Amino acid sequence: MGDLLQRPRVAVHKFSSCDGCQLAFLNLGEDLLSFSQQLDIIFFAEAGMMDTAQDIDIAFVEGSISTAKDAQRIRNIREHSHYLITIGACATAGGLQALRNIAKTDDWVQAIYTNPEHIDTLDKASPIREHVAVDFELWGCPINKQQLIGLINNLSLGALPFEETDKLCMQCKRQQQACVMVTKGSPCMGPLTRTGCGALCPSFGRDCYACYGPAENINGEALARRFEGIGLLPEQIHNRFHAIYSNEAAFQISPIGNKKS
Amino acid sequence: MSFRGFLLRDHFDTLLTALHKLGAHCVGPTVMDDSIHYTTLTSSTQLPQQVHDHQGPGHYRLSTSTESRWFAWANGAQALKPLVFVPQEILWRSERDSEGNLQFSNSKQEPPLTAVIGVRACDLAALALQDQHFLDGLEQDSAYARRRQQLILIAVNCTHPSANCFCHSSGDGPEVKQDYDLLLDELDDGFAVRSASPMGEKICQQLQLEALTNSQQDEIKHANLRAIEQQTKHLPEGNLEQALKNLQGSGRWQQIAERCLSCGNCTAVCPSCFCHSQHDEPAANSMSSAHIRQWDSCFSHGHSYIHGMVIHNETRFRYRQWLTHKFSGWFEQYGRSGCVGCGRCITWCPVGIDVTEELHALAEEYDNV
Amino acid sequence: MFDRQTPHEAIVVRRTQESDTIFSLGLRFSDDELNQQYRFQPGQFNMLYVFGIGEVPISIVSDPQSTDEVIHTIRTVGRVTRVLEKLKPGDRLGIRGPFGRGWPLASLQHRDILVVTGGLGCAPSVSIINYIMRRRQQFGRMAIIQGVKHSEDLIWRERYKEWMQLDNTQVLLAADVASHGWPWHVGLVTELLPQLDLDVSQAATMMCGPEMMMLATAKQLLEKRASAQNIWLSMERNMQCAVGLCGHCQYGPDFICKDGPVFSYADVQDRLPRRNI
Repeated sequence: MGDLLQRPRVAVHKFSSCDGCQLAFLNLGEDLLSFSQQLDIIFFAEAGMMDTAQDIDIAFVEGSISTAKDAQRIRNIREHSHYLITIGACATAGGLQALRNIAKTDDWVQAIYTNPEHIDTLDKASPIREHVAVDFELWGCPINKQQLIGLINNLSLGALPFEETDKLCMQCKRQQQACVMVTKGSPCMGPLTRTGCGALCPSFGRDCYACYGPAENINGEALARRFEGIGLLPEQIHNRFHAIYSNEAAFQISPIGNKKS
Repeated sequence: MSFRGFLLRDHFDTLLTALHKLGAHCVGPTVMDDSIHYTTLTSSTQLPQQVHDHQGPGHYRLSTSTESRWFAWANGAQALKPLVFVPQEILWRSERDSEGNLQFSNSKQEPPLTAVIGVRACDLAALALQDQHFLDGLEQDSAYARRRQQLILIAVNCTHPSANCFCHSSGDGPEVKQDYDLLLDELDDGFAVRSASPMGEKICQQLQLEALTNSQQDEIKHANLRAIEQQTKHLPEGNLEQALKNLQGSGRWQQIAERCLSCGNCTAVCPSCFCHSQHDEPAANSMSSAHIRQWDSCFSHGHSYIHGMVIHNETRFRYRQWLTHKFSGWFEQYGRSGCVGCGRCITWCPVGIDVTEELHALAEEYDNV
Repeated sequence: MFDRQTPHEAIVVRRTQESDTIFSLGLRFSDDELNQQYRFQPGQFNMLYVFGIGEVPISIVSDPQSTDEVIHTIRTVGRVTRVLEKLKPGDRLGIRGPFGRGWPLASLQHRDILVVTGGLGCAPSVSIINYIMRRRQQFGRMAIIQGVKHSEDLIWRERYKEWMQLDNTQVLLAADVASHGWPWHVGLVTELLPQLDLDVSQAATMMCGPEMMMLATAKQLLEKRASAQNIWLSMERNMQCAVGLCGHCQYGPDFICKDGPVFSYADVQDRLPRRNI
């Protein structure tokens, strides 16, 4: 078959992040052995191998862009990579650290650091797609090994994977979970959140907290009104929406919108 | 069908034994995760004991009661649908050898004989609709057909409709009239038994049945009448099929879209909804791949996607598609409405959109035009 | 009829690049018996399966009497077609089919024919044009109107030019936006209808392309006393099972995969004016 990637050269890069998404590679277990025969891992930040100035078939990028140096480095990576794939909430959407985008950077730097003059940061933490073209985004905080396996298998067959954009409810119901909002009045973010996690939280009887990011065509206002109806205070609703994906327009809903002070 | 006799509550497990003897795997209602689920049943002690349900739009709670009966509740989120039209399954597999040759295979595996205990009139009506769709069309769905022919249906007449039920209005309940093997009516000290198939007869012969008294028969009649009286929701009168065709441009769709999450819960719990999507899951060695189907929904983006565009690109078009198909398109396709009045879409809508309320509003708009 | 719910292996025997984004694949079943058994009608489609990636519905453009190869003309647009595009002769894929109701061949005999097509490489109309051209004497006058957005989008220019030379045959081309040197009409296909040399009230019309284009054309034809039963449209929606089970191609009370894709205008005129159905 035409454009099968023959033993693709792979790199895993890291920006502002907790390294949790890279762990999805190490969590592959047996599949990692199988992939290590199919892939050439040229550079893997977490595993300590360092080799940057090479051409790469698939570059995985973890973390958001927070400094001017980061912004330059991601452009270099893009230039050397055939496919550039973001892994996780930080690289894909800015992540937790994008919460600082809501505040004034200078005020925080002055308030927190003893020697603020050493801090060299951009005004906001931003997703990779705001800096360079991205071929595919894996959502999740963190991503899981099924996503990685699907992605690598598809790329090795010459296609991008199918993008999961359905609401979590669809997967939750396929797994026959009882809706925690309906049976317990829990403030579940499932109706706004994309599938990919396997409806993990509802399968343990707890409400989804949107760690896989916004699904397509969501109605945040309607869910926020429902949260109000089951007794959440405006601040609690705000926090439900603004945990990991505060930077995503889809989660910046009125009247609890993401206002820069 | 006439009554075959009365099965004492203390003898209920002889029914399970009879079914096991026939080689059937028994499935029935149990309390799990704060709601009633159908799961493997090995003893009557697993059945809901002293349990009542309370349902409202977007609301479902179980409470304990002094109730001695085991079927004193209206249905939970699912009953028969996941047993025949399973939420996710492999349709076929492909294998590729080192030369690139492909081989396709599909499973012809015989599913186990499965007896479902506790099936309600709405569930049977919905099963008949799914049969029409999956079995009587252009081509049979073989996965569905294999499971369907292995079903033993043991119905229990519903005596406790929820606040969201409207099966009397849809014409499908609460009394079970057809398409069952055994039908039970629950009374305080046991169950009146009717049979409607050779399989039902076979099971009856294994049961120790007492004679049914006239007063027991009267009680059953009254319970059914009470179950009708308890239903407060109903579908609008008049020709919904035509009304919905004419109301495609109504402003109501946008009003609903402002409340609707487009989450697909209504279609997942609807016992007649049949939409499913297909995708491939290649194995890590790139030498084999599974072609999988799973429940889809007309509320999803993928449902109406064609080459770079989504036909139902806004929630108002998705809700319109769902409601118009269910209450209008079905008539032409299957000779009746696609709704059996089970009320699940009302209970399990996270924001409590009430389909009967929307239909009344639309019917009123139609009458006024 | 053989199993249409599981794919059969086929081999790419020919690949033709028709334009930057359009290509054709000629396919043969690996099992020669299937090549003999397989029968289709113009206007029907197959589900083509790429190993590990998935399936996509594609119209058949070859002649129903040719058993050498089944030809599919494909536009590269999604994840499956992007891989199909890379296939070379000798590569393997899967076919399920044929599916749907094709063009109404029986009612076309000895009649004047109008084919109106809008958009890129509209394969369903290609199938019927090819079919008629190979049996020209069985039909009356033939008119083809082809519209494209940009003049560069027009493929098979040479073929159209050849057809223009034929007796009793009229070919009218239009581009919404034309680059310098485009010798034909600039504007909509409906603007070409007055130039037709045939009596549309007696002709059978077949259309394929954007729904609003087909609607506008059908309305004009009705004004010229054409009958809604004599206007045929090839419709399109998401198709996954192709046998009326998966529910994706619902179009009002029809499943396009089995009740269509070809419908008479009379069947769909209640729905066609509304977008997003």
